[in-house]
Amino acid sequence: MAEPLMRPKRKNPISRTRLPTLPPAARSYAALGLTAAAARGAFELQVCRDCSAVQYPPREVCRNCLSQRLVWRAQDGYGELTTETVLHTAQELFFRERLPWRVGMVRLDVGVNVIAYVHDRVGVSPCRVRIEAALDRAGQAVLVANPEHGRHALSDDPKLREMTCDPRTRKVLVSDGKSEVGQAVTRALVAAGADVIWVGEAEPWKKIPGFEALREVPQVKIVPLDVTDGRSVRELAGEIGAKVDILVNTADCHRTFGIAARRGIETAQLEMDVNYFGLLRLAQELAPVMKARAADGPTGAIAWVNVLSIFALANYPPHGTYSASKAAALSLSQALRAELKPAGVRVINMFPGPIDDEWDQLVLPPKLALAALAAALVEALKGSVEDVYPGDVAQDWRARYLDNPKVLERELSGGERSV
Amino acid sequence: MARQAYDEVVLTVPVTVPYVRYSIRSAHWFLGRALAGLIAGAKIPKARIDGLAVASFTLAPDTAVGLTQHLGVTLRWLDHVPMGGASGIVSIRRAARAVESGDAEIVACIAADTNHPDSFRRNTATFSQFAQDAVYPYGSGGPNASFAFLTAYYMREYGATREDFGKLCVAQRNNALSNPLALFKKPLTLSEYLNARPIADPLRLYDCVMPCAGAEGFLAMRRATADTLGLRYARLLGAIERHNAFPDDPVQFRGGWALDHQELYAQAGVGPDGVDFVETYDDYPVINVLQFEDLGFCGKGEGPEFIHANTFEVSGTFPLNTSGGQLSVGQAGAAGGHLGIVEAIRQLTGETLGARVADPRRGLVSGFGMINYDRGLCSGAAVLAAP
Repeated sequence: MAEPLMRPKRKNPISRTRLPTLPPAARSYAALGLTAAAARGAFELQVCRDCSAVQYPPREVCRNCLSQRLVWRAQDGYGELTTETVLHTAQELFFRERLPWRVGMVRLDVGVNVIAYVHDRVGVSPCRVRIEAALDRAGQAVLVANPEHGRHALSDDPKLREMTCDPRTRKVLVSDGKSEVGQAVTRALVAAGADVIWVGEAEPWKKIPGFEALREVPQVKIVPLDVTDGRSVRELAGEIGAKVDILVNTADCHRTFGIAARRGIETAQLEMDVNYFGLLRLAQELAPVMKARAADGPTGAIAWVNVLSIFALANYPPHGTYSASKAAALSLSQALRAELKPAGVRVINMFPGPIDDEWDQLVLPPKLALAALAAALVEALKGSVEDVYPGDVAQDWRARYLDNPKVLERELSGGERSV
Repeated sequence: MARQAYDEVVLTVPVTVPYVRYSIRSAHWFLGRALAGLIAGAKIPKARIDGLAVASFTLAPDTAVGLTQHLGVTLRWLDHVPMGGASGIVSIRRAARAVESGDAEIVACIAADTNHPDSFRRNTATFSQFAQDAVYPYGSGGPNASFAFLTAYYMREYGATREDFGKLCVAQRNNALSNPLALFKKPLTLSEYLNARPIADPLRLYDCVMPCAGAEGFLAMRRATADTLGLRYARLLGAIERHNAFPDDPVQFRGGWALDHQELYAQAGVGPDGVDFVETYDDYPVINVLQFEDLGFCGKGEGPEFIHANTFEVSGTFPLNTSGGQLSVGQAGAAGGHLGIVEAIRQLTGETLGARVADPRRGLVSGFGMINYDRGLCSGAAVLAAP
């Protein structure tokens, strides 16, 4: 049985910081579809549109009828663990550092074999299991065999736990704690067992009741941080950068204008300065040191979370400049993800729909409750995903965007669709 | 239509380029030494070789085509056989039809691989697209985990024990002791086998072949050609191959031989009881047992009983892998599929390097290769006879 997630021992300061190793990341074009689904927490396999045969490993044409019309479809993952092994040797450094590993072969009920990690709580083969997809430290999809019934978190298994970024016992930086989102996220991280949460405060003269209350929370340390000020970011990075395990960028500037509603670009510039350049400043100062600490065992840097917006996918004209700044941040986050990938630090992007805060006041419901956004963020850290679309509106936009982005653009521009 | 019998095709000039654990040479060197050994053994000029069948994992970026220029041979028939442990049998089948039809007169069948300290990892990391996408990311790259799955399943389903597999490994080691080219020189005790370092449960160290560098080769030609050249030879009585057999078996517990062995014996004109020794493909002992069953030496699931009933040593009952097999000689990559053929030719022509089975008339050789994803895809077997 797995040991619970315990507080790790303090690192011996004279021992060398280990360098990150990753599981093998090479995948074919076809296999990346598995990763694309796992990135949002889904287990999908290719299914033939013509004969319905399910395929695995991923391929280019149907194994049954040779049709090339293979589409990725969600799977329930039920099957039988037919045989298994415990590896005591490995060729790749990542596995050598973590032996022994339990690996099994599962016959899915849909008629294909998968090789999968076997969760600690699964009994000996043969037995029923349920396959789920997860992102490994290399950011690629792998399959995990869980017990058939019940919810079994990856973090219940000491080896699979490494695929998660559980905030428990971790040190977290929340870049802006003053917004309602920042406050909610901070409280959720406290509840999730984070050890220390540095909470950035940009404008100390502004007294906000919810924020003032955070000062009383023992895990919270309020630190000066203004993401529009390079010097402020640099100074904070110098002070705590080498201790941050998880960075949550909540800094957000949201003004509700289209193009013609206001003259001049000052407001749009401010949005860009916070939403885009703010992310860039944080990334330049903090990402390199997080990368260096990525293999520091259970106390290493593991994740970077950006609270973006569903408006980053497609422009919502009434909030046109804000949408553009979030699209810029989304694009930059992809570069950040690529740069952090060799170290195994995960970049998680949150794409909430309109949030029930002051700036979405005039947007009609349903709106995402602050607590729901914060809970989704913690849930994402505890799991192994990199794109999160919390709430009904985000899910709806995402589905429309995947179906046809041009149609969504027309819907948003013509007022056929509101949020 | 059933497979047509072979008409007066023989295999001759068994050549082994001595194995070494690691070599600084490339596969080309070993293939070149094998071809040199073949023409020296046949006492023919290089130009007489007009056909070539090549198997190698480490020849990249070259194929058999590049090898023709590298070795300076002008050919009218060329084949590259990328089928791992089945390459030897498949080469025989291709070459036999070539010499029967006159497409070639003398076909050199050679297989070699080099082995550098990092070769095995490189080879397994990129072994196939399915392996790269769906096996290697789990730390289970390479055949150890794949055969651990098969072995665990076979033990559970048919009641085989570690001792059963150990008996095969110990017997093969005893066979290897008289083979000067075997890399393993010391006897193996059952207790050493059982208590060896664990590799991938239930496999331990002596269940796994040792990768090494080396080459094997032989010539295929018509019997009349061999007679003219004054060569000793083994006759080809029958040969089968099969690829991706039984794709719906949840775990591989049988190979393609089960589909084809009746036709093999019909071609050869003898049954399983008509062969005097057997050279199986033996990168792990479980696959020996699948071959005993699927080639008709015993029924499915009767492997453990069959192991209890035989000694598998050269001088005992059911002589198996008489030179020691890959488990005790070493696995020189794709040459592992030719090792048993070369040994069978030696047994039948009386040219053995070590112990010889008493007056062998016929021998069976089989091949198995390419764990592309969750099972080995290629199988083959041939029956050879003394002249």
